[in-house]
Amino acid sequence: MNIAVLTKQVADLVEGIEIDASGRAVDRDSIRYILSESDDHALEEALLLKERSQAHVEVFSLETGEVRDGLCTALAKGADRVVMILAGQETPPSNHAAARMFASVLKGLPFDLILTGVRAIDDLDGSVGGLLAGYLGLPYVGLVRKVELVDGAATVEKEYPGGFAAELGVKLPAVLGIQAAEQPPRYVPVTRLRQVMKTAQVEEQEAEPASEEPVSVERMYKPEEGAGAAMLSGSAEEIARQIVNLLSERRVTR
Amino acid sequence: MSNDVWVVAEHARGQLSESTLETVGKGRELAHATGGKLVALLLTDDERNQINSLAAADLILLARRPEFREFTPEAYGGAIEAALKEAPPRLVLMGSTSVGLDLLSVLSARTGFACLDSCTRLDLRASQLLATCQIYGGKLFVEVALSSATTLVAVVPGSFAKPADQPSGRPEVRELTLPADLPVSRITFHRLIEPPSGDVDITKVPILVAVGRGIQNADNLPLAGELAEALGGAVCASRPVIDQGWLPLTRQVGKSGMTVKPKLYLALGISGAPEHLEGMKQSELIVAVNTDPKAPIFGAAHYGAVTDVVELIPMLTEEARKQGLKKAS
Ligand SMILES: Cc1cc2nc3c(=O)[nH]c(=O)nc-3n(C[C@H](O)[C@H](O)[C@H](O)COP(=O)(O)OP(=O)(O)OC[C@H]3O[C@@H](n4cnc5c(N)ncnc54)[C@H](O)[C@@H]3O)c2cc1C
Repeated sequence: MNIAVLTKQVADLVEGIEIDASGRAVDRDSIRYILSESDDHALEEALLLKERSQAHVEVFSLETGEVRDGLCTALAKGADRVVMILAGQETPPSNHAAARMFASVLKGLPFDLILTGVRAIDDLDGSVGGLLAGYLGLPYVGLVRKVELVDGAATVEKEYPGGFAAELGVKLPAVLGIQAAEQPPRYVPVTRLRQVMKTAQVEEQEAEPASEEPVSVERMYKPEEGAGAAMLSGSAEEIARQIVNLLSERRVTR
Repeated sequence: MSNDVWVVAEHARGQLSESTLETVGKGRELAHATGGKLVALLLTDDERNQINSLAAADLILLARRPEFREFTPEAYGGAIEAALKEAPPRLVLMGSTSVGLDLLSVLSARTGFACLDSCTRLDLRASQLLATCQIYGGKLFVEVALSSATTLVAVVPGSFAKPADQPSGRPEVRELTLPADLPVSRITFHRLIEPPSGDVDITKVPILVAVGRGIQNADNLPLAGELAEALGGAVCASRPVIDQGWLPLTRQVGKSGMTVKPKLYLALGISGAPEHLEGMKQSELIVAVNTDPKAPIFGAAHYGAVTDVVELIPMLTEEARKQGLKKAS
């Protein structure tokens, strides 16, 4: 059983994000990168499958953001091989272009499952998993929260609103968009990470260039600050009192 | 090429979904403004309970097959792809939902049509269609000109109002002829998994104390429990809190959780990502507390405060107890 996991780095929302001078793109200098949350879950699910059924796990990332650290972390968590795909371009690719590049590298390789996060916070033109499946002609299921391997097929749980889910059978090879792993992504102690980084082998591989630009951004803007809520101010105690007074006046709890 | 707008109709347990009805309303407005028709694409095993809800469509393209009873991505996708290639419309709308998200990107790759996700606004300006999408958890809006001949757009549920009244006319219903050589689906539906039972039903609780990642760690959750107790309500949460295993799935609010409309939604340490807002923005009173003054939750809240929730929660509890807020039971 061979599993490929596709991961990418995205902006850490704890830091602010700024728009660049063109008004049409994010100022990349303002970004601190972290692993996309649902990709972290995709990696975790792959590692769980490895533990349960001796799968071989390889992680692929395009060369954007701070990829190398993320790939080393994947090795430290238990991935068997990590590959940085050279995109040959400065600006981060659209998801269509990214999926084409992943397709050029993965095409013909003997993967049974390709896992990736169902969606990243900076996805605009669809999701890489679905696009890749479309290009490679593979089945795709997203919003997956559980994967089991049974006789050359996968049984997956796909989430629906209201706490419902569907159990689906998927023939392999297939691409899955992971929403949440069966357990929270594992944590790597910094000492272990440092140790791995000393000897880590991050392989590099070139992708066929892809320059699809399928959406034309007119402008980017931030939501108007202060629009919406009436803001309460003061010390924490004063705020607590104001909130409770508000509930009391409005008879919310009666 | 036509100026038609298509809406991929979604149904669950026999009923058309709310987001489909909202999208049909908006799609109709755009189609009519540009001289096109609103076409609803309905893949189902039994249309009888569904067609009436689609009265706002000008045309219903119906594919009725037993395997369309439950959504499976490949069977639906293959049929929609065939229909799209046959007569590409100007715009194809679907939900940014569990169903729509499985279709959007695959269809885009298969047809070569552009696609956009997380759309919360559609405008027609000087005969140019513009879509506004929310990225970075609602912290940035992107306005995109739909300049391709055909664009597929996934719309965040709750973005458009459901039309108040249905037009009286009856849409034409046309059977969609599917090609005989549609590939056999490699994805099969096994069973529906019901939500876990036995927990409180947060959709029925009038007072919700909602906690997000800002609660910091599991040890702080009992504080939220005490506050809920003091207010006579229940604790619910955003996705990351559930994914950490700190609270059961039954307490999740949002796209893949519950949709709630309580009298009070107290959002504590929740950023207000579109997937969360989707499940709670219709609450009667929303009070949000967050350390980040730019958190998108303040855009949806009625009242807000910028402060540390871990410090604030015990104070709220104490104040609520002091004022005897809880309903006498
Ligand atoms: C397909 C899909 C479905 C999804 N479904 C759902 C869903 O059903 N429900 C859902 O909630 N999400 C869902 N999500 C996830 C969603 O995109 C967000 O990631 C999530 O809602 C963020 O949760 P949060 O606000 O708790 O965390 P964050 O976005 O990390 O926000 C934490 C907030 O806490 C604030 N904070 C930090 N410390 C403090 C403190 N001490 N005091 C006060 N504030 C503090 C921060 O400023 C920040 O605003 C879904 C995502 C996808 C892709």
